[in-house]
Order: sequence, then structure tokens, then C-alpha cells
Amino acid sequence: MENVLLKNIENPNSADIKEYMAVGGYVSLAKAFEKSPKEIIDEVKKAGLRGRGGAGFPVAMKWTFASGDPKTPKYLLCNADEGEPGTFKDRPILEKNPHVLIEGMAISGYALGAEYGFIYLRGEYPAAKHILDKAIAQAYEKGFLGENIAGNGVRFHLAVHQGAGAYICGEETALIESLEGDKGQPRIKPPFPVNVGVFSKPTVVNNVETLSNLPYLISIGGEAYAKIGSPDCPGPKIYCVSGHVERPGVYELPMGTNLRDIIYTHCGGIKGGRKLKAVIPGGISTPVLPPDKIDCAMDFVNMPKHGSMLGSGAVIVMDESVCLVKVCYRALKFFEHESCGKCTPCREGTGWLRSILGRIEQGTGAEGDIDLLLSVAANMIGKTFCPLGDGAASVVQNFIKHFRPEFEEHIRAQACVVQGQK
Amino acid sequence: MNTMPEKQMLSAAALKEIQDIRKNYPTARAALLPALYVAQREFGWLSPEAYEAVSDHLGVPKAIARGVGTFYAMYKHKPLGRHVVQLCTNVSCMILGAERLVDLLKNKYGLEPGGTTADNRFSLVIMECIGACGTAPAMLVNDDFHENLTDKNIIEILERYT
Repeated sequence: MENVLLKNIENPNSADIKEYMAVGGYVSLAKAFEKSPKEIIDEVKKAGLRGRGGAGFPVAMKWTFASGDPKTPKYLLCNADEGEPGTFKDRPILEKNPHVLIEGMAISGYALGAEYGFIYLRGEYPAAKHILDKAIAQAYEKGFLGENIAGNGVRFHLAVHQGAGAYICGEETALIESLEGDKGQPRIKPPFPVNVGVFSKPTVVNNVETLSNLPYLISIGGEAYAKIGSPDCPGPKIYCVSGHVERPGVYELPMGTNLRDIIYTHCGGIKGGRKLKAVIPGGISTPVLPPDKIDCAMDFVNMPKHGSMLGSGAVIVMDESVCLVKVCYRALKFFEHESCGKCTPCREGTGWLRSILGRIEQGTGAEGDIDLLLSVAANMIGKTFCPLGDGAASVVQNFIKHFRPEFEEHIRAQACVVQGQK
Repeated sequence: MNTMPEKQMLSAAALKEIQDIRKNYPTARAALLPALYVAQREFGWLSPEAYEAVSDHLGVPKAIARGVGTFYAMYKHKPLGRHVVQLCTNVSCMILGAERLVDLLKNKYGLEPGGTTADNRFSLVIMECIGACGTAPAMLVNDDFHENLTDKNIIEILERYT
């Protein structure tokens, strides 16, 4: 199938509105205005569109809740805080195809009755900030954003809000706190953002890739869209592959593409013909898989049946030279750094996990450390406001579940035993 | 460099920029993060005076401004070198050699993570994923992405920042 989300990105001027309009851009927005907001939500429902940020929540359901809330104004927030390690799928949209996102947001804003939108952009993407600012100004000039969009009496204002380096702000309630000018610490739910979100108003938070699906979805209609990829969660999906493959990068493929095919067909297999050791399929928080477990359709419904998750579709491929104790330690160092500190099990647990993994990795692990790790992890799962703590604990659980002998060997030898690890 | 200026003031242009940012939001508080960026650009880092200037201008209490600002990794609370090298060492970069690059910067420039070279040319900040995993290892120097780094090209790239 042809690229939809990454359409025209090989064109060096693809971020310019003229180039976007030359390949059919903003036609879907006009088409959307021929429908009522409710009809658009019905199309999205028929399409079976699920959020691409990691949770896979049905988009139409979120929209229905927010549009049904009588409070005004409503807000549409684009989550562009792409921070899950291994993930670089939204960056090409933001930098090379910003108008597909802006058009998607204008359509979504109309469907929801949202008058204001913000793109919450991670601070680590300074180039994207300039590109988006420019693209938004162009969209205002052409009348696709503003007080009276395309003369339809519809109002939608859009601005970029730059984050400042906090992974936790990818969690939607932390993102809202951050947008309001506070520390990015998650809120307890309920109330849900669709009722009490940013500035206490009904708010929808959708991922960049999710919103960028809207122009295509409206152009072909919900029924046709639902036939792409997995029946349970259809549509195009951007998989981003890093690590030891011949051709790392972003691949726009039908949702549900087999993980083995992504690695061996699209990415050309393991670099240098070496042996595959492990795959993290959906960003660092998703459970690691050993080589004999990668025959699975990469979508939100299927991956849990195979013991992992689709997450952000960020595939990290590791060959035999990699020390998995070290990878697990590095992951926990990340989670400790990024824990917002609000919930004790996460704040303390990530530190303890990192510390114990650190001594195993550095060759001073003690007998019983593996069980200690599992005990700390079990005391974190399900005991925090947001999924960061769960993610950190489950990383440890799954590395041990699939690769326990490597941890044991580190403790026994009091050293790294992996050949080729530097 | 080490002597703190008597009193730092935001320039008229910076104040105007903060006022314009303020118009995007229904509350002054929501303009805090972007206003801190403006102050950081102006002063090079967020000194106590920078916080004071922002909080006075937005009407946000100083303790709130400092409490919020220090939560976020990209606000800097000490003066940095002329060029900020932000090198990722998260998993995708690590397994492709990012730690070797950290050692290289130490040997070549005496540059430690979190530190600044004696000549004030470079500061090194270790990053948690900058979204360049498919072209790892990667770094940002100031606002510029540099990807597919090797022992050789990282030095060539940095030599362009004088």
C-alpha cells in the first residue's frame, strides 16, 4: 500500500503548504465540512480507528464522551511528546508532513466542537517547533485555521506548546498538567480529561499519528478504511525499527504486519548476518521477546496474546553481542530518571530496581538478587496512578522471565559473560 | 563567567515575546513553560534572577516558577558552555556504541557528562532518547541533530562548533 501518513516526504519541500495541497492536501477538510460533526464521529467509529500513542483506545469513543459534555470551550490536544525510547515515528510527520497533522486536527476539532488546539511538542525536537510554527502560520493564511474556517463559521485555533524534557508528559493527564504550567505529574482518574481536562474543560488528547490518519480516513470513508490491515484495529501504522538490522528506519505498513516480516523482510534482517538475541517490539516499556516468539501480528489486540504489547510500534532489535543485563539496567536508569516522584512505589521502586541491576551488571551481584528484583517489581505493579511504574516493573519481570540464565550467570561469574559486549 | 551579574533584566524583545505567548492561553500560568524558555535563551540559563523576571512578568509566584522549572530536564540551572552537546545513551544508541562516544569526548576534550570544558566551548548533557533511534547513535548540538555518529565523524562535527 502507498504511504498515507508519510506521503510525499521524499520531496524536500514536503512541509510547505503548496506542496501538500498539490498532492490533495486539505481536500478532506472541505469534505468534512459537508458532513455534520456527528457524521464524522460515525465515520471514525466505522473505521475502527484506535489511538496510536500506545494504549490503542478507540478514538470515536473518546470523541463521543467529549463532544457530549456541555461545558465549553473544548480543547483538542495533540500529544507530540514522543519520548518512549526507541520511538521516532511521529518525528517524520512533524518535520516533513506537518500539514497532514494540522488538517487532521482541524477535522477533529470540527467533529468534537473543540475551538482550541495545542500541539504539545517534546522539547527535544527544536527543528519540528520551527517547522510546525511555519506550517500553522501558512494554514491560518489560507483560512484552514482561525475564526471562520473556509467560510464555514467554524472556529479552530492552533498553537505549539513546547515541553521541556520529561517523559512522563506523554501520559495524558501529566501532559495536561504541564500545559497548564505545572510539573508533569499525572492526575488520578476519574474525572477523565474528556470531561475535566485542560483548564477544567472537556479535552481530547490524541497522538500525532492518530490525528494524521483523519484526512485519509475522511477521504476514503470509514468502511474502506476498516478493510486496511487488522480487522480489530485497522489502518496504516508507522513502525520504527532501530538496533541491529540492516535497514533501520520508519516503515508505514498495514496495521498487523508480522514482526518477523518487519525485521527480516522490510529491514533486511540482522546486521552482518549475526544471530538475533532479543526484540523489544513497542518501545522500551513493552515486554521483551526472545527470537522464537516474534511470529506475531503487530497490533493492539494481537500482541498481548503473545506476551507483549504494540506500544508505539518502536521495534528495538538486539543481536547476540548485546548484554541484556546491561540493557535492562539502562532501561531502569531511564525509568528512575523519569519517574515524576508522585507515587511512592514508582519513585522508590525504580531506584531500587536500578540499584540492584547495577550491581549485577557491574559484577557485584549477590545470590538472591534476582528474586529480590522480582519482589520489588511485584510491589510496584498496579500500585501507581499512571503506567510508568507498571512499565518499569514489567521490563524487569520480562527480561528475567525470558533471559534468567544470563542474569544468573552474571551473578555467578561476578562479570559480564556476553561475548562481544564492550 | 563565574561572577553573577548584579541584576539580570529581560530585554524589551523578550518581554514582548512573552506577552505574545501569553495570548495563546486562558491563564498566565500556562505561559510559564514557554516564558522560561525565552528567559533561558536570553540569559543562557535559568538563574535566580531569570526566575524572578519571569515570575514578576507573568504574576506567577516565584516558588511556583522555580518548583515547576526544576522539574524539567531541559531547563538549565547553571551556566553552560557556548555549545551544548546533548548525546543520547538510551538503549538504541547504547547498543550501537554511544558509551564509547562518551569516553571519546572525555579523552579528546576533557568533557564529562554534566560538565563544561575549561575553555567554556562545550557542555555535555546525557539525553534520554532524542527520537533518532533509526540513525543511532545520535546527538543534538544546540538545536542541530547529528545522526549516525562514529568515533571519527563525531569529532569532525564538533570541530565545526568553535
